[in-house]
Amino acid sequence: MSKNQIPLWEVFIRPRNGLAHKHCGSVHAADEVMALQAARDVYTRRGEGTSIWVVPSSAITASDPENKDENFEPAMSKVYRHPTFYEIPEEVGHM
Amino acid sequence: MAAASSTAPSISGETLTAFLLRLADDHLVLGHRLSEWCGHAPMLEEDLAMPNMALDLIGQARSLYQYAGEVEGKGRDEDQIAYVRREREYVNCLMAERQNGDFAHTMLRQFYFAAFMQPLWQAMMTSTDERLAGIAAKAEKEVAYHIRHAGEWVVRLGDGTEESTRRMKAAVEALAPYVDELFESDDVTRAVAGAGIAPDPSTLRPAFDAIVGPVFAEAGLEWVETPYGQTGGRQGRHGEALGFLLAELQYMQRTYPGMTW
Repeated sequence: MSKNQIPLWEVFIRPRNGLAHKHCGSVHAADEVMALQAARDVYTRRGEGTSIWVVPSSAITASDPENKDENFEPAMSKVYRHPTFYEIPEEVGHM
Repeated sequence: MAAASSTAPSISGETLTAFLLRLADDHLVLGHRLSEWCGHAPMLEEDLAMPNMALDLIGQARSLYQYAGEVEGKGRDEDQIAYVRREREYVNCLMAERQNGDFAHTMLRQFYFAAFMQPLWQAMMTSTDERLAGIAAKAEKEVAYHIRHAGEWVVRLGDGTEESTRRMKAAVEALAPYVDELFESDDVTRAVAGAGIAPDPSTLRPAFDAIVGPVFAEAGLEWVETPYGQTGGRQGRHGEALGFLLAELQYMQRTYPGMTW
């Protein structure tokens, strides 16, 4: 069987309740059922997860690295978007 | 162990040890076989999946050997029981020691063994022997995944390409003579069943068929009747495959007796 017949899946693991699923890698698998099992075997061997999502890699639309500057550069000069200009009263503690 | 004798008064330590060793040897030998795939699997995902299952099996074997050593009361620890017995002293079923063959053969063998063990572990969760009930509760979750994983592969290979179908059918043919031995009943199994420690294997066939049947149907596979089954593993009579396996399995303890790391 040629490699091209086994699709690639992106794996997202949620480590604990209340946290979001986080991308952790990818697996090859023939279909979604096998992809979930492969993800379980590859990425949760040390108790990393309580929930797994798998998504066909082909279903992901990614931004073009060529457009990096126009996408992300404009935000760099807008420091006022960070809420760093406030004095936080001591009673509030760590935010 | 005191707990065992107080909860299961009608069985001798010798009989319980014999029963534990059969179960433990099944798991050690099959676990070793699966581990042989490490680094050789057809894809990375399976290169992790098979050793994962192997580690489950070897972990179960350890719990059983430790308990067997205590019940036996001769001061043997798990390593001595697992690694320095002679071939004829191993009482695993013959299916566990069969060579891996191809991936289809390995997956079908795993599926059969898991389909045999799941009802056994499930019944042992309410064993009169508390120690075994504890081991069973942990193992039952592990074996459920083995059934799922191996079963999905049986379906996909059986109902896959021309070549995968041919290989899975060949595996069904090759393993057919080793299925009946799993369900054999003798004085040991009857005594253990009588004491409420574990069900007699002969009663587990319907549960096995109920697991295997739907998977075969989905895979488009047909059950192969075999004119005669292979037997003898429980009495220590093995095929030549086991000798080679033990040579590798025992190498370290034979070369460096008592070594630990």
